[in-house]
Amino acid sequence: MKEGAAWSSAGYMNEEENMTVNTDVMPVPAPATVEDRGPLLSLQNLRLYFELRKFGFGHAGYVHAVDDVTFDVAYGEAIAVVGESGCGKSSLMRAILGLYKATGGTVIFEGNDVNKFTPQEMKWYRTQVGYVQQDPYGALAPFLSVRRILEEPLIIGGMKDKDQRAARIVRALEEVKMTPVGDFMNKFPHMLSGGQQQRVVIARAMIMEPKFLVADEPVSMLDASVRVEILKLLRRLQETHHFSVIYITHDLSTVRYFSERVFVMYAGKIIEKAKISDLLRNPQHPYTDALLAATSDPDANNARVYKEVPPGEPPSLVKPPAGCRFHPRCPRIIKGVCDIQEPGEYITEPAHHTLCWLYSPEEVKA
Amino acid sequence: MADQPLLRIEDLKLYFRTMAGAVQAVDGINFSLDYNRSVVILGESGCGKTSLAKAILRLLPRNVAEYSGKIFLEGTDIMTFSDESYRRDVRWVKMSLVPQAAMNALNPVLRVGEQVAEPAMIHMGMSKDEALETARKMFQNVGVPADFLVRYPFELSGGMRQRTAIAMALVTSPSLIVLDEPTSALDLLTQANIMNVLKRIKHGFGTSYILITHDIATSSELADDVAVMYAGQIVEVGDAFRFFAEPLHPYSKKLMASVPRLRGETEPEFIIGQPPSLISPPTGCRFAQRCPSRFAKCDEEPPTYERGGRMVKCWLYE
Repeated sequence: MKEGAAWSSAGYMNEEENMTVNTDVMPVPAPATVEDRGPLLSLQNLRLYFELRKFGFGHAGYVHAVDDVTFDVAYGEAIAVVGESGCGKSSLMRAILGLYKATGGTVIFEGNDVNKFTPQEMKWYRTQVGYVQQDPYGALAPFLSVRRILEEPLIIGGMKDKDQRAARIVRALEEVKMTPVGDFMNKFPHMLSGGQQQRVVIARAMIMEPKFLVADEPVSMLDASVRVEILKLLRRLQETHHFSVIYITHDLSTVRYFSERVFVMYAGKIIEKAKISDLLRNPQHPYTDALLAATSDPDANNARVYKEVPPGEPPSLVKPPAGCRFHPRCPRIIKGVCDIQEPGEYITEPAHHTLCWLYSPEEVKA
Repeated sequence: MADQPLLRIEDLKLYFRTMAGAVQAVDGINFSLDYNRSVVILGESGCGKTSLAKAILRLLPRNVAEYSGKIFLEGTDIMTFSDESYRRDVRWVKMSLVPQAAMNALNPVLRVGEQVAEPAMIHMGMSKDEALETARKMFQNVGVPADFLVRYPFELSGGMRQRTAIAMALVTSPSLIVLDEPTSALDLLTQANIMNVLKRIKHGFGTSYILITHDIATSSELADDVAVMYAGQIVEVGDAFRFFAEPLHPYSKKLMASVPRLRGETEPEFIIGQPPSLISPPTGCRFAQRCPSRFAKCDEEPPTYERGGRMVKCWLYE
């Protein structure tokens, strides 16, 4: 959406006009007061289905991209969502950003339902959430300079004073360590390295001082040596500005340096929620086990052994398997249970939730 | 032949012509590889590792400015071969390639079985039926169900496509396979599966690999030897056990320290600065600008020193 705004000729050509239109009428939903502020963001039974169309008439079913996802994000908390491609993690993020309308369930931001926002309220919401895209080069408009890229959200957000905008841009670039700022201000995205491009994306996401940042695989396109640098930068920004972050990734080994809690997603469902230390120490779901086992650390002994990997591939989200969605690949399947009934969410230790029959009270007793 | 290494590369250079000048993508590479061994070429993007693969397989673009050096394959210098005899006797017969993005490597309008069979028909002179039978066996080896032979590439998942590309590289039973980032576009579990397949093939067929990757953690799954590449040059080559335990070159040390680890408590570090331009690389050591242990000597190009069977291109080991 932000890219869309950057591209629109109206936003670019008539900025003075735009400013007057934008600023006066931006109704802000009543924020929760400090004392009773609950979670910043709360998802309740969120569902996101995409309809498949046949040629001509009718539909061929739905892609169940996100199915019954519930969680809270506290103020200032960093959360990671881990899953393989196609598991629905990007769809989940887009639903949170308000880019997709939820099929069912709700996304609550500071007590307000994101799906019920009017276009004006949506505009306000977009100043409250930042978005760090996966591919920095694709996310930056190629014909705009770094200064223009960063100025755009400020103009749309209604910062009228030019000097004030310039000062804010300088501060944003300093925060992402693009110094000396003057060297970068007037550069175009293709003149920057991948790491610098990603810094600009981060600076843009941060420039409205959002309460909440969604980072969708922010380092997967970058080189190993730069990856750590960008993650540490994000982490430091998060600590100094106290915003909340959802960090979406497929790489478990980077999660540890970034977030307190981690959600593991498989085939549209969050199958395990835990503190990262608990997850590494005591993984519960067989799928989490498999993910951890498949993650290598650099060690020459790896070449001597075969990895234990569950067979097969993630299921189609059009017709997900009955019962637990992991059961066709699961090494610890309970026949007659896992393949028939969907597991509930069981709490196995404090703040550690698992969607797996192995941890249901009846199974534990038996 | 027994005391000959499978592959020995001497002073291999590959420069590209551009508007701004010659890009020295591969600049004087030396290493050798034995039968049934695998060497991992580690490096960041833009360090010339894919160009190295292209140089070894002589898959060159048009704008080559310089292509020189010696490549001994089973004792014969294949750089002296004409393009035609290279195509007939070397490529796919003795060395094959698994390209990075398997979708782009497969022809979208041909059934995958036919594509896998094609090298066998062309290079081994098999009939179509024989070749398809060989392809079927290769599919079994890489773990693709045999009924996938009649499918088209778009009907396969990413992992299955990559397996198909591996089957295609295997079908002529070459002694060396060059793997260019074979798993970087794949999911974690699929990645682990493909690594298992590659290990099994190496074990069963005695194949050697050159694995080109930037993913240090995954590379250890297949490494007998490790070569670290920086700005067109190899800065360190050595046995994997000793490399992963204690890298020698300051760049290798930094690179290893930048790997996030799942187990253990070490904090990853990053490398300050950027790799130099390959158009006019700095004189002297190319890593000197970013090196924490740089000293006066680093202004001159370091020779390669031997340290207990490992080679390192750094003045610290003089």
